[in-house]
Amino acid sequence: MSIDTGSAATPGVAASTGISPELKRRSLHETTLSRSLDRGYMFLLFLASLAILAIVAGLLIQLTLSSEPSLRAFKLNFFVRDDWDPVANIYAARPFIFATLYSSLIALLISIPISLGAAIFLAELCPKWLRTPLSFLVELLAAVPSVVYGLWAIFVMIPWLTNKVETPISTSPFLAKMSLFNMPPNGQDMLAAGLILAIMVTPYITAVSRDILRAIPRSVREGSYALGSTKWEAINLVVLPFARAGITGGVILGLGRALGETMAVTMVCGNGMGPFKVALFNPCSTMASVIANDLGDASGLHISALIEIGLILFLVTMVVNAAARLLIFFTAKDIQGGGKRP
Amino acid sequence: MHHKFSQFGNFSAAALLLGGILVGGAAQAQDLQGAGSTFVNPIMTHWTADYQKTAGVSINYQPVGSGAGINDLVAKTVDFAGSDAPMNAGQLASAGAPVLHFPDVIGAVPVVYNVDGVGPGIHLSGDVIANIFLGKITKWNDPAITSLNPTSKFPDASIFIVHRSDGSGTTGIFTDYLARVSPEWHDLVGEGTSVKWPAGLGAKGSAGVAGLMRTHPNSIGYVELSYAVQNVIYYASVQNSKGKFVYPTPESAAAEASNIKVPSDFRTFFTDGSAANGYPISGFSWLILYKDSPKTDQLKKFITWVLTDGQQYCKDLDYAPIPDSVKSKELAALATLK
Repeated sequence: MSIDTGSAATPGVAASTGISPELKRRSLHETTLSRSLDRGYMFLLFLASLAILAIVAGLLIQLTLSSEPSLRAFKLNFFVRDDWDPVANIYAARPFIFATLYSSLIALLISIPISLGAAIFLAELCPKWLRTPLSFLVELLAAVPSVVYGLWAIFVMIPWLTNKVETPISTSPFLAKMSLFNMPPNGQDMLAAGLILAIMVTPYITAVSRDILRAIPRSVREGSYALGSTKWEAINLVVLPFARAGITGGVILGLGRALGETMAVTMVCGNGMGPFKVALFNPCSTMASVIANDLGDASGLHISALIEIGLILFLVTMVVNAAARLLIFFTAKDIQGGGKRP
Repeated sequence: MHHKFSQFGNFSAAALLLGGILVGGAAQAQDLQGAGSTFVNPIMTHWTADYQKTAGVSINYQPVGSGAGINDLVAKTVDFAGSDAPMNAGQLASAGAPVLHFPDVIGAVPVVYNVDGVGPGIHLSGDVIANIFLGKITKWNDPAITSLNPTSKFPDASIFIVHRSDGSGTTGIFTDYLARVSPEWHDLVGEGTSVKWPAGLGAKGSAGVAGLMRTHPNSIGYVELSYAVQNVIYYASVQNSKGKFVYPTPESAAAEASNIKVPSDFRTFFTDGSAANGYPISGFSWLILYKDSPKTDQLKKFITWVLTDGQQYCKDLDYAPIPDSVKSKELAALATLK
């Protein structure tokens, strides 16, 4: 019985080579040993995967528990009022929530055309000898620590932004009257935060979009060329619609990074504490930057309110990332299915 | 073979040496642990070095910021906190046990500025400073500013306001002053280590404020005196309650503290005081400790030393020494500690 199981576990080995019963027994012994090892290994891996779950659940529970005093004290006011007042011990996070969304929106508006262009070039048009170094550079940019971006922004981007962009706009007779620009130029403001975020998310969106485009089977392009389309038509009418959902996933992944970015944004956003304004030159604080700035000095309800901001940020980035993964997953599936079509 | 042995020998010697350093370091670190105010850090560095020499007690002080220092004290990860703002009612309640405050130095908070074509020492009144930080005076050539400075030529430029983004005792002193001189500031913003700033940009630490102001012309901000002096930023002469324009110096800060009445727990601000030659934006920095702790005796000796021998470093580092009237009360309070 047991021998049968053994030979079943190693099909063909004993039978085809016709080895001695002694060897057979040994190999059987090794099989049971390696099986139990296998089982132990699987159990260890399972524990490791449980640890990930435990970390996520633990984070969520801890964030909720610690933000309870603030949740209880401010309820929905936390989202609809503008006061962040450590003196009166009243906290409402609306300006930070808006600033986080607004700066990420600016970042995406700037970054999407650039990253899409770069991804299309890399995937469709780039000569082979240039593709590898360029792709490598894109991935390198995605790995640069955010504090480095922040330093570069302080010493290079902000002086340029103040002198070459904001000052001309704020002194021009027409633009300065628009509500987007009707503030004196600050340099460290919403525009700077959006711009540095745009620079930081561009490599992400580029890399994901390029991978999605590369995953589209040759047959799709070839079919389009066979029907007489030009390169422009093939890319614009066939390849891009095919990749739309996946690229959207890449964009949302970039959004996730932009929403949670702390260091670089804190260094350039101006850390203003006033109510939200549409004006691009308004010094602002994002959710992440206000946590970074206030936590060291906070106590009591102040800490709880900061943790509530953390909780909101955690939930928002979870949802955003999940949405992105799902979109990418389904596109990849679509593409595979598409490849098999006649 | 021989080669291998000698390598091993070197390695073990290095390991022993490293171990010795680590053990030594751990033993030393056990004397006294402090954390808090960055403002007091320059003089604290002198104090800890000198106190180790004279008393053989080593003190490790981490300049993490006043509020963070108080949090560390309450969490009992340090033996004392340095803070430029006294603990507020909420913090005292969360402390769970009686806490003592001892002023160790007096500091001035200059109003610093970087304005195109304007030299050092412009005159500002409390009212004007408050209105600038409230965002009500927005241009440097506002009549409220130019009328105080008829000889200076101010540009027609927006005022770029810089405040601290992190919680800070310096902010505590500065906002306490604004709340005293401006009812509007008192009602709208109030005083505290971090407040709801109505306008302006935040920068981390005095170094951050100074750095931001250097790169932004037409800016105004506040830092500790030593930062203003070291970074060569111009600072204003501020009108005190007697109508006199006074420069922030260790002497004028000491003068401001000369005739104050301190409460028995020493938790008091004295901005906008009544001294004729006092600089009105001045305040204590405190050493804060639990009344009952295993280290009370050591802390008592250290603080007593700080208040006597330790005060000699003040002048060179742009602090003002604690006036005798306050010092004698502190020493009496220290003497009652077990």
